[in-house]
Amino acid sequence: MEFSQEIKREFDQIVARYPQGRQKSGLLPILHRVQAEYGWLSTEAMNAVAEYLNLNPIEVYEVATFYTMFHLEPVGKYVLEVCRTGPCCLVGAETLLQYLQRKLNIGIGETTPDGLFTLKTVECLASCGTGPVLQIGPEYLYHEHLTEQKLDQLIDRLRSES
Amino acid sequence: MATKILLENLAVEGIRAIDTYMANGGYRAVSKALKEMSPDQLVEEVKASGLRGRGGAGFPTGMKWSFLDKKSDKPRYLVCNADESEPGTFKDRYLMERIPHLLIEGMITASYALGANTSYIYVRGEMMSVIRLLERAIAEAYAKGFLGKNILGSGYDLELYVQPGGGAYICGEETALLESLEGKRGNPRNKPPFPAVSGLYGCPTVINNVETIASVPWIVNNGGAAYASIGLGKSTGTKLISACGNIRQPGVYEIELGLPVEEFIYSDAYCGGIAEGRELKAVVPGGSSVPILPKELILKTAAGEPRLMSYESLADGGFVSGSMLGSGGFIVFDERACIVRNLWNFTRFYHHESCGQCSPCREGTGWMEKVLHRIEHGHGKMSDIDLLVDVAKHIEGKTICPLGDAAAWPVGSAIRHFRDEFEAHVKHPDSCLAKHLHGAYAHAVPIMEP
Ligand SMILES: Cc1cc2nc3c(=O)[nH]c(=O)nc-3n(C[C@H](O)[C@H](O)[C@H](O)COP(=O)(O)O)c2cc1C
Ligand code: SF4
Ligand code: FES
Repeated sequence: MEFSQEIKREFDQIVARYPQGRQKSGLLPILHRVQAEYGWLSTEAMNAVAEYLNLNPIEVYEVATFYTMFHLEPVGKYVLEVCRTGPCCLVGAETLLQYLQRKLNIGIGETTPDGLFTLKTVECLASCGTGPVLQIGPEYLYHEHLTEQKLDQLIDRLRSES
Repeated sequence: MATKILLENLAVEGIRAIDTYMANGGYRAVSKALKEMSPDQLVEEVKASGLRGRGGAGFPTGMKWSFLDKKSDKPRYLVCNADESEPGTFKDRYLMERIPHLLIEGMITASYALGANTSYIYVRGEMMSVIRLLERAIAEAYAKGFLGKNILGSGYDLELYVQPGGGAYICGEETALLESLEGKRGNPRNKPPFPAVSGLYGCPTVINNVETIASVPWIVNNGGAAYASIGLGKSTGTKLISACGNIRQPGVYEIELGLPVEEFIYSDAYCGGIAEGRELKAVVPGGSSVPILPKELILKTAAGEPRLMSYESLADGGFVSGSMLGSGGFIVFDERACIVRNLWNFTRFYHHESCGQCSPCREGTGWMEKVLHRIEHGHGKMSDIDLLVDVAKHIEGKTICPLGDAAAWPVGSAIRHFRDEFEAHVKHPDSCLAKHLHGAYAHAVPIMEP
């Protein structure tokens, strides 16, 4: 696969942040950019990144598999990433997550049949004072102080926008 | 009113924009440092301030800076640790979101002190919105001539970039962060060599927390001695505390170090007491990694002295009856909270986040998670409790990086102070406090791996 000229220009700007010969430092920002474009990281996309950065494909795979933000399989249009760590559980994250599973009728890690929503759990998002919290890529805006009512509104809005 | 060093201008409307920031005294430290002070003088001021690293370990910042190898002919780097992923900690995100230029100003002054001409701010990838804010702030700073070549005619050059992480708690550990910044998996490095000698790209590097760096402009403007006059003893200055859990007013508070814990928890200026008028049960005062303390020991030391929010007082009693200030992630548990359930959650977290390089950490966190899961879910044995203590002991101090310790300490302390609660789970599998409650824990099923 080929990236567009526009994306390649962005890649060039990313790589310019590092010293000569250290272009590998651009790998994480570039993978984020690719995922924002295609929704997930396919093997073809990772191979193309390897080629652009002059790396062995394995150097890209080992990074993409290490970091939890990268999706290595197709995901729904909206990936709901709900914090499941202790402090959020103190303020109700567990019940809320159950509610969300029932509402979307999917389990954690699954995607709704219409391809709209994928439900994921993530670890502490540095939003413990405003939990329960979830975020949605590729902008990764935080939805804080979640309640069942707020979730209803959010899901309705996302459904109507698509 | 307590002294504010970091959040003084929090309420100023539009403080995110450089013009407003400058109208409120912003970037004075850059001109003062670059025009009136030598880099070594700056290091001396920071030493005199007594400022200690705000990322968790509390290492004296001036001393860390003076270890930087300045004789090497390699370039030197300053890397800001904005990975903030320690459960309970949300102060750096708060600061960067509200007053992004404070971090940029700190990065410029600190980079000048260290002789770094390229610096990076490593922000966890989940904080994409913070990354956008910082990038905008950096662009504004370039436009005003605070970054780039020959800053303010001083002859000093600095390029500053933001680097996103990819979702990995371990990348907050400084050498894992450097690996990640080099485009690799976040596997911590063996030390020595320390980053001060061989860090980013094998070059001398200083890594500092966001809050540490953001404290530097005030020290430049007011002097190290003025900073040292705030706080208590070796806990100088102010600290951002992110308070969460079962309190009335969760949030980020800038406190003068030395504030009594009791005041912090119950005063309306801070946490405002326990939510819904319930009773305080326990506190994890410095992020999920530090020992948990029951009510009696968080309010008073074992000797009966009032416990204070300072490095020394929170550590008073060692791990037998004390804890740590850590990152300032202050997690409060009310009478309903289940200590076993929370510990199981934290241990699951550490297992999930272990990079897997050392077997005590990789395997030990997994075993502890399993054992805690069965105790919490009514299948525990009495011998499991000592088994947990034993596994924790075999992790502590035996790993490449401190994540192993961070996973072990909560286990040891929870069992030390709340053993009866673990025993009750074993003896009466259905009696888990939480199951009788409505609200947060009601009918909760475990959140398992997908
Ligand atoms: C597992 C682990 C996670 C850490 N996470 C962070 C973090 O998110 N932010 C941070 O500033 N320091 C973190 N640290 C501490 C850093 O390794 C390092 O000590 C710190 O960034 C140094 O900056 P300071 O001296 O200004 O505190 C972590 C340490 C460990 C072992
Ligand atoms: S202690 Fe754990 S996280 Fe740290 S290097 Fe070893 S396996 Fe990795
Ligand atoms: S525990 Fe959920 S944001 Fe920190």
